[in-house]
Formats: sequence, structure tokens, C-alpha cells
Amino acid sequence: MSTAREAKPHLTRPHVLALLREMLRIRRFEERCAELYQQEKIRGFLHLYIGEEAVAVGVMQALLPEDAVVATYREHGQALARGVAMNPLMAEMYGKQEGCSRGRGGSMHVFDAATRFYGGNAIVGGGLPLAVGLALADRMQNRANVTACFFGEGAAAEGEFHESMNLAALWRLPVLFVCENNLYAMGTALAISESETDIRAKAQCYRVPSAVVDGMDVVAVEAAARAAVAAIRAGEGPQFLECRTYRFRAHSMFDAQLYRSKEEVERWKERCPIAQLSAWGRSVGLVHDADIAAMEAEIATEVQASVDFAEAGSWEPLSDLARDVTTPREAA
Amino acid sequence: MPAASASAAAAPGVARIATTYREAVRAAIREALARDPRTFIMGEDVGRYGGCYAVTKGLLDEFGPERIRDTPLSESGFVGAGIGAALGGMRPIVEVMTVNFSMLCLDQILNTAATLRHMSGGQFSVPVVIRMATGAGRQLAAQHSHSLENWYAHIPGIRVLAPATLEDARGMLATALADPDPVVIFENVMLYNMAGEIAADAGAVDIDRASVRRAGRDLSLVTYGGSLWKTLAAADELAREGIEAEVIDLRTLRPLDDATIMASVRRTRRAVVIDEGWRTGSLAGEISARIVEQCFWSLDAPIGRVCTAEVPIPYPKHLEDAALPQVPAIVAAARAALGR
Ligand SMILES: Cc1ncc(C[n+]2csc(CCOP(=O)(O)OP(=O)(O)O)c2C)c(N)n1
Repeated sequence: MSTAREAKPHLTRPHVLALLREMLRIRRFEERCAELYQQEKIRGFLHLYIGEEAVAVGVMQALLPEDAVVATYREHGQALARGVAMNPLMAEMYGKQEGCSRGRGGSMHVFDAATRFYGGNAIVGGGLPLAVGLALADRMQNRANVTACFFGEGAAAEGEFHESMNLAALWRLPVLFVCENNLYAMGTALAISESETDIRAKAQCYRVPSAVVDGMDVVAVEAAARAAVAAIRAGEGPQFLECRTYRFRAHSMFDAQLYRSKEEVERWKERCPIAQLSAWGRSVGLVHDADIAAMEAEIATEVQASVDFAEAGSWEPLSDLARDVTTPREAA
Repeated sequence: MPAASASAAAAPGVARIATTYREAVRAAIREALARDPRTFIMGEDVGRYGGCYAVTKGLLDEFGPERIRDTPLSESGFVGAGIGAALGGMRPIVEVMTVNFSMLCLDQILNTAATLRHMSGGQFSVPVVIRMATGAGRQLAAQHSHSLENWYAHIPGIRVLAPATLEDARGMLATALADPDPVVIFENVMLYNMAGEIAADAGAVDIDRASVRRAGRDLSLVTYGGSLWKTLAAADELAREGIEAEVIDLRTLRPLDDATIMASVRRTRRAVVIDEGWRTGSLAGEISARIVEQCFWSLDAPIGRVCTAEVPIPYPKHLEDAALPQVPAIVAAARAALGR
């Protein structure tokens, strides 16, 4: 398997299978989450990443364990691809104290210090300044880390997007901005919300080098992310990656999807990143039916185990209600 | 889900219609748009999506995209633009999806809308209406469960409303639009599905006075918004123990209607304030201070407060419920005020 320090993905059989497996894990995990939502095991808002898996999986290939990740409320895919274990992630979805955020956050607030996964931010645009700050801290402490910051194209309308681009470029900070352009911010299409619909151009006007990539093609995303991360590590400052993608499901579980046609959704589903990679892999003889079957079986077992783990988990006692509001101090 | 039983009793001969809080707000918006060509509504997903809480559903077809204006995710920009449009002669309704996102436009509200009249020596006024959803209870966790009404009620120069009943959901908007100054309206998310009946010709209501939703002699329970229904349920429970609580719905959080509160407390001599905000620096604190300032010699017991625990709202239901004001805590605080 290729290492993250190399600039180009090597499409060896193990690597292709690994990419496929990571996307499939996210897909199956989230399909189960949708069922669990219907069963009222998962509550609150649930934003599924289904259709966009290639973005998180592709970008993560370029990161090292010391790097940091900042994501949004649609972050299950990033969390899994980053290496947050499925059991605590599912327990978090339930709100059990065995969850990765001890149940306090739920679907929108996945945090994991071990993988430097800094959430899970449900305020659109809120993560961008945070990423700039993490990168600033790395820079000021002479650490060669990169901070990858994921956000939707809707966030590009927020002031925080523009302020963050400017700061990161001004101070040449090691941030990889990853815009997941799925064409809609809830029900608002890009074309009715932006005078300039080329998001890359916005980053460029702050002198942040930018690229656009097919976000349904995990290999293309990986290649672009590796190139961008290599530039960041070479001291060239922040980089911007716009990944053109599509969410196959509703914005959240309460969305009647009045703003787009079924045909449009079906057209995009034909470009499913998992189906595409698997078809390509088969066509060149890197992936076999038996691989897929084995992978599906293993993932089914892993997902079921995560549900069992979450079911067996415990509710935090009421006496803990005010826990973790501020740092506990030693008694004087 | 509360049933809207505190709504005005049906007057004989007046036709009643079934509605929900959501429909009542929508009817108010529709009427405002039909009545005044200067009125339009803008905000995130008010048009094509049909409104985050489906309040504006259907209005795009009826009024078109100029007047049902979808905005980008630019809270500071479009709220500021609403303020500017009001300054320029329009009568905008700006929908900020929820109070949780209103921190991004707080600057425009605090530093522009609330100050223009004063800073210009009275030359300019800003007749904008800003609506936002507020409140917890849907397991949306820390960033989506705020009740920051009190932050807004802190600001001189704006009026802050909290419709809790169907009549107020239907009637406050028209009065707010007629107001020459900025008005912020908070709609509690737990009320949107509340169903009941209102008069078929329900229309504008006053936005100056608090309202006694339940008369009682033994103590005054002062509240507003989503907590009104929990407080009324608590009052019913207290009644079964022979305690007659008076329930006051503040309706307008700024300016506060001291007269109604004090008249009640002077009679009952005891008060408990119920407020979904965090206790520290809460509206409940402000009301308690006013009662002490104005009714100290009438009080027979310390003022009680039932507020949200000092914790960001947790995701799990049992913890969220424990963090928020609930009926048993209101009942307990009332009993304590009566020394029981
Ligand atoms: C500041 C802010 N405003 C509004 C919202 C409500 N909201 C949540 S997600 C969303 C759409 C965001 O779209 P985009 O950034 O493109 O990301 P996507 O959901 O498509 O992944 C909106 C309007 C919010 N969470 N935060």
C-alpha cells in the first residue's frame, strides 16, 4: 500500500481494495443509521454522507496520523475514514456514554482526540476559523502537521469562509480546505445563492492555490489531495480543493426534497463512487466478485457489532448532568 | 405536545377554525404580504425548501421569488440587508432559521438596528421584523438548542416578542410590522405542531401587555414561550393539591410589562419565574429583581426560579430533559414558595 508521503496514489490491488472498503464501510454504517433513526434509536438531526464517500476517503489517504481534521455536522464519513472506531461512533449516535464524545454530542458532534478529529461542528462555516487556528498552533510550535478542513459549498457564502481564506493565505498556514460541493445547501441550489458559482475562484482571489476535482472519483480525489498536501508540507501555504459531489439522500431526516427532481438524483446515483470504483477495478482485474462479497460480509459484521456495542452501552447518570462544562479543578 | 387550551374562550357566534402554531404564523405572513407591497420575507430556505420548520411552505408559489426571497448562508449579510431595506422604506420580515445562527448577525441587530434611531438623533427608524426559532427539546445537542431570548431582551432599541399561543402566533406579526422600530420574534420550536382553534377572523393583537393565562390566588408563576405550557400543566397539578396558581405569559420580553406582573404578585405575595434560559444572567433574574424592587414589602417568600441548568444542552434525551425546566420542578418550586 502506498504511504501518505508519496505524491501519487499507487493503484495496487491492496490499495484499491482499501479505498473500496473504506467507502463501503461508510455507506453501510450510514444505511444502518437511517434505519436506526426510523426506529428512534438515533434522534436529533441526522445528516447522511451517502454519495459523497469518495471525498472523505480520498482526502484521508493524504493525511498522516499527526495531522488534524475539522468537519461539519455531516461528518460520519470523515470520522470513519480518519480512523475513529465504529463502535464508539455508533454509541455516540445513540447518545450512550461509551460514545466517542461520551454521548454528549450525538451525530453532529463527533470528536476524537486520538485521531485529532476536531468535530463535528453544526454551525455552517464554524469550523473554518478553527482549522486556521489549529494550523497556526502547529506553525508556531514548529510542527509539520496539516489541518484538513471539510465544509459544504453553502459555507462559502459565510463571512467566516472569506475571513479564514484570507488569514490562512496571509499567514501561509498549513490548511487543506476541502469544499464538498454537493450543489445544495439544504434546499438552496448553488446557482441561486452565489453570484460567482465557481467556488475555486473565491479561494483563488485570496491567493489560495485551488483545484477542482471530480468528487465521485476517489482516486482523483486522492491524487488531488496528495498533491495539495505535498505543497502544504513543502511550505507553500494553504491549498483549496473543491470536490464536485452529490448527496443521494435528503439534507437531514426531515427534508421533503421539494427543490430537486427525482431524475436529477437518479442521474447522480449512476455516478456512485463505490459502484464506479468497483466496476473499474473489476474491468482491470484488480477487484473480484469474491473480494466484494468478503468485504460486504466483514463490514456487515462490523456494523452489527457496533449496533450491539451501542445497544449494550449505558446512559450517563443524571448526577453527571453538569459534567465537562469547565475543567475540573483540584479542591483547594 | 401541548393543546392550546389557554387560548381565549370561544365567544358565542364567532366562527372558529382549526389551526396549528405553524399555520397561524404562515397565515400571518401571508396576510402581511397581501396587505402591504412593501413587505417581503427573506431568509435561508424560506422559498424552495419551504422553510426549515415548514412555516413558509407554499408561499413561494403564491408570491414569487422576489417577495419570498431565498438567501445564501450569510446571516450577517441578509439581516443587515433587511435592516437597510427597512431604512429604505420597505417592511421586511427577515427569518433567521434559528436563534443558534443569530450570533452571526447579532452585530447587525445590536450595532445597527438597535442603535440607528438613537445615533441619528431620531432621524431614522428601522421598521424591520426579525423572526427566529428558539428553544431545546428535540435532541439537537449543544449548538442547536439555545434559548437566547434574554440576550436580545437586554438590548435597548428593539422590541422582543415570544408568542406562546395560537392567537399570538397569528396576531403578533401584524402589530410588529406596524411598529416603527425593530422587532425580534421568537418562535419556540416545540410549539410549531401545537394544534387548536382560533377565531376565523383572528388578527392583530397588542404587543404591550403580558397576559394572565390562568387566574389564581396563591402564587404567581411568570413565564413565556415554550415554558408557558409546562407552567400551565404544573398549575393544573398544583390545583389538584388545592394550590391555585396564577400563570402570567409575558408575551413581550422587552419592554417588560411590569404592571401586570406586579399586580399579580401583590395579590398572591409569592412568585416563581420559569425561563428556558440558563439561570445566570437570565430573564428570570431580571424579573426577580424587578419584583424585589417593586413588591418587596408584599412578598411572603423568596422568589423561586426554574431555569435551564448551567450546561450546554446534551444530546441524550434523559440529560436534555434534566437540563430544561420541567413540570415537576415547577411544581416543586411552587410548593417551596408556599412552604410545603
Ligand atoms: C450558521 C448556520 N446557518 C444555518 C444553518 C442551518 N443549516 C444547516 S446545514 C445547512 C446547509 C449547509 O449546506 P452546505 O454548507 O452546502 O453543506 P451540506 O449540508 O450540503 O453538506 C443549513 C442552512 C447552520 N447550521 N448554521
